[in-house]
Amino acid sequence: MSSYIPNTDADRREMLETLGLDSLQELFEAIPPEKRYPHLDLPPPLSEMEVKELLRGLAEKNADLDHHPCFLGAGAYHHFVPAVVDHIISRGEFYTAYTPYQPEVSQGTLTTIYEFQTMVCQLTGMDVANASMYDGATGVAEAGLMAARVTRRYGLVVASTLHPRYRQVLRTYTQGMGMDIQEVGYGEDGGVDLRQADQLLGAGTAALMVQYPNFLGSLEDLQPLSELANRVGALLAVCVDPVALGLFRPPGEQGADIVVGEGQSLGSPPSYGGPYVGLFACRQKYLRQMPGRLVGMTTDTDGRRGFVLTFQPREQHIRREKATSNICTNEALVALAAATHLAIMGKQGLRQVAELCYHKAHYAADGIDALPGYERLFGQFFKEFVIRTPVSPATVNALLMERGIIGGYRLERDYPQLGDCLLLCVTEMNTKEEIDSLLEALREIGDSR
Amino acid sequence: MTEPLLFELSSPGRVGCRLPELDVPETALPEKSLRRELPLPELSEREVAQHFTRLSQLNFSVDTGFYPLGSCTMKYNPKLHEEVARFPGFAHIHPWQSESTVQGALQLMYELQEYLAEITGLPGVSLQPVAGAHGELTGMLIVRAYHLEHGDEGRTVVLVPDSAHGTNPATASMCGYEVVTVSSDPRGNTDVGELGRLMDETVAGLMLTNPNTLGLFEEHILQVTEIVHEAGGLIYCDGANMNALLGIASTGELGTDVLHLNLHKTFSTPHGGGGPGAGATAVTEELTPFLPTPVAARREERESTAALTEYYLDYERPHSIGPVSGFYGNFGVMVKAYAYLRSLGERGLREVSENAVLNANYLLEQLKGYYHLPYDRPCLHECVFSGKAQANLGVHTVDIAKRLIDLGFHPPTVYFPLIVDEALMIEPTETESLETLDAFVTAMRQIAREAESEPELVRGAPRTTPVTRLDEATAARKPNLKWQG
Amino acid sequence: MEPTDRRYSKEHEWAKLDEGLAVVGITHYAQEQLGDIVYVELPQAGDTLRQFESFGIIESVKAASDLWAPISGEVVAVNEELVDRPELVNEDPYEGGWMLKVHPQDESEMGALMTAEEYGALLKTLEE
Repeated sequence: MSSYIPNTDADRREMLETLGLDSLQELFEAIPPEKRYPHLDLPPPLSEMEVKELLRGLAEKNADLDHHPCFLGAGAYHHFVPAVVDHIISRGEFYTAYTPYQPEVSQGTLTTIYEFQTMVCQLTGMDVANASMYDGATGVAEAGLMAARVTRRYGLVVASTLHPRYRQVLRTYTQGMGMDIQEVGYGEDGGVDLRQADQLLGAGTAALMVQYPNFLGSLEDLQPLSELANRVGALLAVCVDPVALGLFRPPGEQGADIVVGEGQSLGSPPSYGGPYVGLFACRQKYLRQMPGRLVGMTTDTDGRRGFVLTFQPREQHIRREKATSNICTNEALVALAAATHLAIMGKQGLRQVAELCYHKAHYAADGIDALPGYERLFGQFFKEFVIRTPVSPATVNALLMERGIIGGYRLERDYPQLGDCLLLCVTEMNTKEEIDSLLEALREIGDSR
Repeated sequence: MTEPLLFELSSPGRVGCRLPELDVPETALPEKSLRRELPLPELSEREVAQHFTRLSQLNFSVDTGFYPLGSCTMKYNPKLHEEVARFPGFAHIHPWQSESTVQGALQLMYELQEYLAEITGLPGVSLQPVAGAHGELTGMLIVRAYHLEHGDEGRTVVLVPDSAHGTNPATASMCGYEVVTVSSDPRGNTDVGELGRLMDETVAGLMLTNPNTLGLFEEHILQVTEIVHEAGGLIYCDGANMNALLGIASTGELGTDVLHLNLHKTFSTPHGGGGPGAGATAVTEELTPFLPTPVAARREERESTAALTEYYLDYERPHSIGPVSGFYGNFGVMVKAYAYLRSLGERGLREVSENAVLNANYLLEQLKGYYHLPYDRPCLHECVFSGKAQANLGVHTVDIAKRLIDLGFHPPTVYFPLIVDEALMIEPTETESLETLDAFVTAMRQIAREAESEPELVRGAPRTTPVTRLDEATAARKPNLKWQG
Repeated sequence: MEPTDRRYSKEHEWAKLDEGLAVVGITHYAQEQLGDIVYVELPQAGDTLRQFESFGIIESVKAASDLWAPISGEVVAVNEELVDRPELVNEDPYEGGWMLKVHPQDESEMGALMTAEEYGALLKTLEE
C-alpha cells in the first residue's frame, strides 16, 4: 500500500463489514462489468528515494539559468526572487488550502488576495483588480471578451506588437464568439502605427489592444492610443510588464480602460512556462463585467474587520451559462508569491530593480550596436530590445550556447520582416561580466562570418 | 485576532530587500516617461515574513485538518513533490530555450502525456490547459472544431445535465453554444428518455460528469454515449471526479470523446488556495489533430537525423484549435503529477480509487440515519446528503457547515449540486484514516442532535475562528476591493 | 396575503396599473427566496419590454436571477433609488422597492397574470 494511504487491511475489513460487503470490488458494481479493471501499462511503483533520483536525473538533463547566463525574455523573465517569497508559499496552510469559500477559516488567503488586488491597482494606476487570471495570455483573451461585453461590439484591433502567442490565444478564445480581429502594424520607432490604427478603429470596435512596453521592447506613450480608441467609443486594453511599472508611467494615468499583464516577474521562476499568474485590472465602471474572483472587505457579527469573496453572482458557479467567464481555479498561490514579492521589494525595491534592468539593458544594447555587423532597431526601450545580427539568429544562438550562454528570442516565426533579428532581454540578474562576455561572444561570431 | 494589512504596517524608508550596486555606466532616464510616484508599501524583511506567516495561521488547510470538500478532492499533497518541482533544472529553465537544452523537461511532459493517455484510454493528450475549466474550454473548442471540420455547422446546442458544475454551461457559452439542460432521473442518473428527445442534429454534444456530482456512477453510461453518438454528437466528460475511477474503468472505453483531468485533484498536486491547477485534456485518436499547439513529441527514428533532438515540441498541427495559454501549461504542476504517478504505478492508482470509494461509502453508511440521503444507493468517491430535515428545525446547511468548523473540521461543499435542497457534499479522499472518518461521523451526529436540542448553538457558529460570520451583503452593496488608507 | 390591487406572474413579478402606467416589481416571496439583494440591473427609460421575456437581472449575495416582464410596453421610469439601496427590494417589495413604470402596450395582457388569490394558492403549492 502507498504511504499516502493510512488505512490498514484491518481497517478496510472493518469498514467493509460496516457496509455488509466482502470485498472492495463490490463497491464498483454500478460500472458495466466488462469495462471494469482495465490493465494499465504504467511503469512500476517507486520509493520516495527512487522517485527523487529519477526526477533529479531528468532535471539535470536541462540547462538551467543558475549555470547559464540568459538573455531570453519574450514573456518569461529571469528576475531575482527573495528567499522569503518561496518560504511563504511553501507554508502548508497556504498551499494545501482550497479556494476560500468558507471565509471564517480562510482569512489568510482572503487577506493576501485583498492585498494583491490593492498592489495591482497601485502598480497599474487602475481602480479595481481581480484575484488573478491564469497568465498574461489568457488575461489578454479575457480582456477582449470583457471589452465586447462592455461595448456590445465584436471587433478588436490588436497591435502586432502584442505578444504573438497572446494574439494566438486571443484568437483561440474568441473562435466561437464570432469576433472580428484585425491587426495594426508598427512604425519606425517600433510603436503602434497610429495612422493605421485610426483607419482600423470604427463603430464596431470593442477595444484597441496593445502591450506596454511592447513585444519588440518599445515603450510608447499610451495617451494618443487612448484618444484614438475613445473617439470611436472603444476601450483601450493594455498588457503590461509589471516590473516596467516600477519606473514608468502606469497605464491608468494614460487613459487605459483595462490593464492585464503577466505577473511571473513578480516572485516566480520561469519554470518552463508555468505556473504563472495573470494580472487583471479595470476602471470602476466596468467592475461588473470583470471576469474572475474578487475579495472585498467587510465586518463580522462582532464588528471585526474581515474579508470575503464578493460579486460571486458574476461567476460560473452561480451564473452558469451567463457568467462573465468560466474561470474557477485561478493562480492564487502565484498571486500570493507576487503579493509577497511586491511587499518585500516595496516602493524602493521595485524601482531599483527596474532601474538596474534599464541601465544594464542599455549598456548591453549600446555595446552590441557598436559591434561591427550588428545594429539595434527601434526607439525608446526598457529591458528588451531588437538587434539585427550579421549571421542568422539561429546560428548566433547556437554559437552562444556553445559558449554556455542562452541567447535571444528569434523573431523570424512571428515577424518575417525581422528574420535576421533577435530580441534580447537584460535584467538585474545579468552581471556586467555576463554582459561583457555576451558582447565578446557576439563580436567573435560576427568576425567569423 | 486580526492581522494589520501591509499598508498599515508600512513605514516610510523601510527596505525589504537589498539589491546589488549598479555595475555598468548609467544611461539617462527618459524623464517624461517616468512615473511620479509608486505607492507600494515599505516594510523590512522581518515584517513581511511575520505578516504572511501570521496570515497563514488564519487558514484551514489539508496539512492542518480533515477537508472533506466535495468535488474538490482535497487529498494529501506529498512533500517530495514540492522539493522536486523546485530542482533548478525544472524551476529555473526558460520556456524559449532551445529544445536540445531542455530534453529532461520535454521527456517528462511526453511521458506524462503517455501515462494520462493510458489511464484514460484516450490517446491524445494536451498538458497545456492550466485549470479544470480551462480544460473544458479546450475540450469544447475541440468539439466545435471537429464538427466544423466535417462541414457540420448546424450544431449550435450543448446539453448539460442539471447536476453539472457551473463551469460546464459557462464553458459551452464561451464557445458560442446555446446551453440546454437535461434533467436527472430519480436514481440520480441522466434522464435517458429526455436525452433521447433532446438529441438531434442541432446538438454538438453532451457535457457529462461521471461519476456525477452526486458521487454516483452514471448507470446507463453506455446507453447515454450511444444515444449521443448515434445523433452525431460527441461526449465531453468532466473529469473532476476521476479519483473514483483510477484503474477501475477507463473513460475512453465508456464512450467518452474528450475528457479533462484535474491534476490538482486526482493527481495530488496542491490546490494552492485556489490555484495553480492543471487541466490536462485527453481525446480520442480522431480528435487528436485538434489539440492545442504545441504538444510534446518524441522522434522514434533518430539514426537518420542525428542532429535532431529525441523530444521536441510539435507545432506542425494545421487542424489545431490554437494555443490556449502563454506557453506549454503549468509545467511545475506537471512535475508533481509525474512524481505521483511514478510513485504509485498501476497498483497504487487502483488502491487510490478503492480506498477513496470505501471511505466515502463508510461515511454514507454512518451518517445516513442522521441526515436525509436523497439518492439512497452506494456512492463512489463522494456522498451527497440533504440538510432538509434540520432545515425544518430552523438549522440550515450553512449552519451545519459553520458548526463543523468549531468542531475542528473543514465543512463539506454546501448547496451543490443544485438539484439537492440544502446539499452537503462530502468527499473524504483515500488519504484519511478510519480514526479521522470516525471523528467526523461523531461530529456530524452531534450536530444533528444539536439541531434538535440546541439550534441556537449551531446557528451561532463558528465561535472559535479568527472572525465570526461576515456581512456579505454589505461587502457586495458597498464594495471595498482595495486599501485606500 | 398579497396586495389585491395588482396582478402576479408565475415568475414572481407583479404589475399594478396606476393612471395609465404599469408599475412593475418582484413579490415578497421572490425577495425572500433571493435573500439579501445587492444589485438590480434594470433597462433604461425608452427601452421596450415584451411580456414574459427577461428585462433585467437581480443579484443577492448567493444568487442571481433574471427578471421577467409581467407586461409588454415602453419603460417610462426606473427606480433610481435601487442603485444605491438595492435592499429596498427586500424591505418593501410592493411599494418602495418598485422597479419600473411601463407604458403598457396592451392592458389586456394583465388578464394573463394571476390575481392575488390565485398567486397565494401558487405559493401554497410551492411551500409543500
